[in-house]
Amino acid sequence: MSDREITVTVNGTVHTALVEPRRTLADFLRHTLGLTATHLGCEHGVCGACTVLLDGEAVRSCLALAVHADGHEVTTVEGIAEPGQMHPVQTALWESGAFQCGFCTPGFVMTIYGMERDARAGRGCPRSRTEIREELSGNICRCSGYQAIVDGAEAALTAATGSASGSETRR
Amino acid sequence: MKPASFEYWTPTSVDEAVKVLSGLDDPGDAKVMAGGQSLMPLLNLRLSQPLHVVDLNGVDGMADIRREGDTLTVGAMCRQRAVERSAEVSAAAPLVVEALGNVGHPAIRNRGTVGGSIAHADPAAEMPAVALCLDAEMVAQGPAGGRVIPATEFFEGFLTTALTEEEVLTGIRFTADGPGSGSAFAEVARRHGDFAMAGVAVHVRLDGDTVAQARIAVSGVGLTPVRATGAESSLRGATAAEDAFAAAAAATSSALRPATDLHASGAYRTHVVGVLVRRALRTATDRARGNR
Repeated sequence: MSDREITVTVNGTVHTALVEPRRTLADFLRHTLGLTATHLGCEHGVCGACTVLLDGEAVRSCLALAVHADGHEVTTVEGIAEPGQMHPVQTALWESGAFQCGFCTPGFVMTIYGMERDARAGRGCPRSRTEIREELSGNICRCSGYQAIVDGAEAALTAATGSASGSETRR
Repeated sequence: MKPASFEYWTPTSVDEAVKVLSGLDDPGDAKVMAGGQSLMPLLNLRLSQPLHVVDLNGVDGMADIRREGDTLTVGAMCRQRAVERSAEVSAAAPLVVEALGNVGHPAIRNRGTVGGSIAHADPAAEMPAVALCLDAEMVAQGPAGGRVIPATEFFEGFLTTALTEEEVLTGIRFTADGPGSGSAFAEVARRHGDFAMAGVAVHVRLDGDTVAQARIAVSGVGLTPVRATGAESSLRGATAAEDAFAAAAAATSSALRPATDLHASGAYRTHVVGVLVRRALRTATDRARGNR
């Protein structure tokens, strides 16, 4: 099988690379680009650790091929704040103590970041803890017991919806 | 694990996709990729090692939602999240939207497609049961041209459909709900987003308080989703009330012999289906009353 040339914008930087079609987006980010903050847990779409944004939508990077990102924009956890800084979502999780080992954290951050962006853009986002739990149901954490993660998500989303008041709650 | 090597094809039209498939020595060596949310796990785990992957993600015009008269056509490559948020689908086929809320998780639905889910034909999945319940029509294209396959003839066996190896599913046609219609979806899964141990899709049409038509499809209880035809005929002409719902639930359960596996026993599944049928009928008839 022959390699394909792809051009992908990752965290605002345009990358052109030759990839095997079978290379997953997750492995492209980690191995080709060296962006190892995106973690790989189960590699079959169950754990959510590899969640990134593809054109602004949260997706599992283990369930997409690198070639699917050709001509598209990917955001990973490396790209949501300036180096050495934390994004408000990260700060909210930090202040809630929402981690122990941290392996699942990049996936949670990206899932919450996707919702937070929607909230800031006034597109509506989950507000109740039940809705937040539903949105986070695809991310698995083995240490925290989830309460602190939901606390952090709630704080981040409340702050973001406050800054875009009048936005409608989804469903 | 990582996918095994495959020859990768990126057609830009349905015609080209069909040409690629029919041009292979053995089209059975190929897998067609839509959103990849079922196929990618199979490739990553090497449970499937196709020699060819024909990727539909670059095909134009397969992701439209169109309403013409009473017919709603959902392009096979429509992402589940887009369909879930579509006002057009919500108005014409609210059952589709309700059931999609149970498909995987939001990040899965951002990528997963309605057509992919139906063509994959997992008997525990939501979309096949919904298509069967609503008497949807699958629009397929092959080397000999297009054809339309009714849902009742589409699901042939475990992960097996009436599509030939050279055909591509291009869209799903639903008949839009009319006045007096109501629908409901209910399932029981161990965790939200998991495949259900059993699920039920119900669509009713009321004439006053009388059931003019009832359609019930059950998932997770066999090799394909199944219609509960006995229950459907027991409901026809009955007053939409608890007695009729209980009889329909009993008729549905008694016609099933679901298998026992590590997720649930057959007896438990049979029981759960009865409970779900009653609940879904209550909800669907309430909605029908509010939709005069």
